Amino acid sequence: MELILDILSWACLMGGSAFALTGAVGVVRLPDVFTRMHGAGIVDTMGVGLIFLGLMIQAGLTLVTVKLGLIIAFILFTSPTATHALARAVINAGVQPLLDVDPDDETPEGDESSKT
Amino acid sequence: MVHSVSLGLVMFVLWLLLSGHYTAFVMGLGVASVVLVVVVARRMDVIDHEGHPIHLSWRSIRYWPWLIREIVKANWDVAKVIVQARMPISPSILCVEGTQKSELGNVIYANSITLTPGTVTISLEDGEFLVHALTAEAAAGIASGEMDLRVTDMENAKAGEDDPK
Amino acid sequence: MMFAATALAILVTMGLTLARALLGPTVFDRILAVNVFGTLTVVLIAVYGFLTERPEFLDIALVYALINFIGTIAVTKYVKFQHLGFPIDGDDDQDDPGDLRWS
Repeated sequence: MELILDILSWACLMGGSAFALTGAVGVVRLPDVFTRMHGAGIVDTMGVGLIFLGLMIQAGLTLVTVKLGLIIAFILFTSPTATHALARAVINAGVQPLLDVDPDDETPEGDESSKT
Repeated sequence: MVHSVSLGLVMFVLWLLLSGHYTAFVMGLGVASVVLVVVVARRMDVIDHEGHPIHLSWRSIRYWPWLIREIVKANWDVAKVIVQARMPISPSILCVEGTQKSELGNVIYANSITLTPGTVTISLEDGEFLVHALTAEAAAGIASGEMDLRVTDMENAKAGEDDPK
Repeated sequence: MMFAATALAILVTMGLTLARALLGPTVFDRILAVNVFGTLTVVLIAVYGFLTERPEFLDIALVYALINFIGTIAVTKYVKFQHLGFPIDGDDDQDDPGDLRWS
């Protein structure tokens, strides 16, 4: 039983680390600020969620688990709010998002613009 | 009034969980802090169905597991896109209509969209959402409107629940 | 061992976001990167608490999560409105002390 829990929590921690790394690679690689928000979203949901899930499995049914759950809930509630505030600020500042498809007509205007 | 009492109870439970000391003095400090915060919040007039939505708490239990499953799926898709060498992204902005009646429902929908990687809500005005999508699949997922239906469902269910009482 | 590996992975991730914060062409890229950096700091504090077997670190992580959110909102608001007071008349006419009254 102990071994199963250890393996499970090891898998969660490694999976969370992998997702967090992927998200950060996305933040570095993606071409403009709007697309980078999606990379940040991976870190904020899957990375944080899986790592804390792994820690919860390690802690067992204690007060520590409750606190970890509180932190997860808090991050899940605040991260979209912060992202939304940032997106509004970017749009207000007049930054044009890099688009593949024109919002008015749905014809793709060449795929070269996104491959940076 | 119900909201104030409920907010106070939630905050006191939080105090008990986080302090870990169950002596009369520390718990007295907790009661004093809770009363102070509730009084200040009432003066600021922020305790209402929006600031402290107790009427949604039971309904949201059905919504959360579905949302988590969607988040996991979307994470997997976006992660696959990012790790590919050529990054096959096709960013687009689309406009969708929310069918929720209250502003709280709109906010829940907007936050759910943003929480799902691959889609970010840029602006929200009068039930019109401007959504930035990373890939065509993510855009199609929002355009299909399933999340919108589920949020509206959760919002409306409370009316049916409140009526018999 | 398990926690050390996780902490190492988080540190690498933080390095990547720091690179974006230094490179970022616009100020918003930097804000985004610093926000992610803060979220990762919360995770790192929690993992470090487990690594050294001192669960009190979780309280610090909780408080750091709160501060990170407030900080991001404050910086975003400052960049957008050029001051942290209430933008009462909605536009960006700053430097007027009358705008800062607490109604």
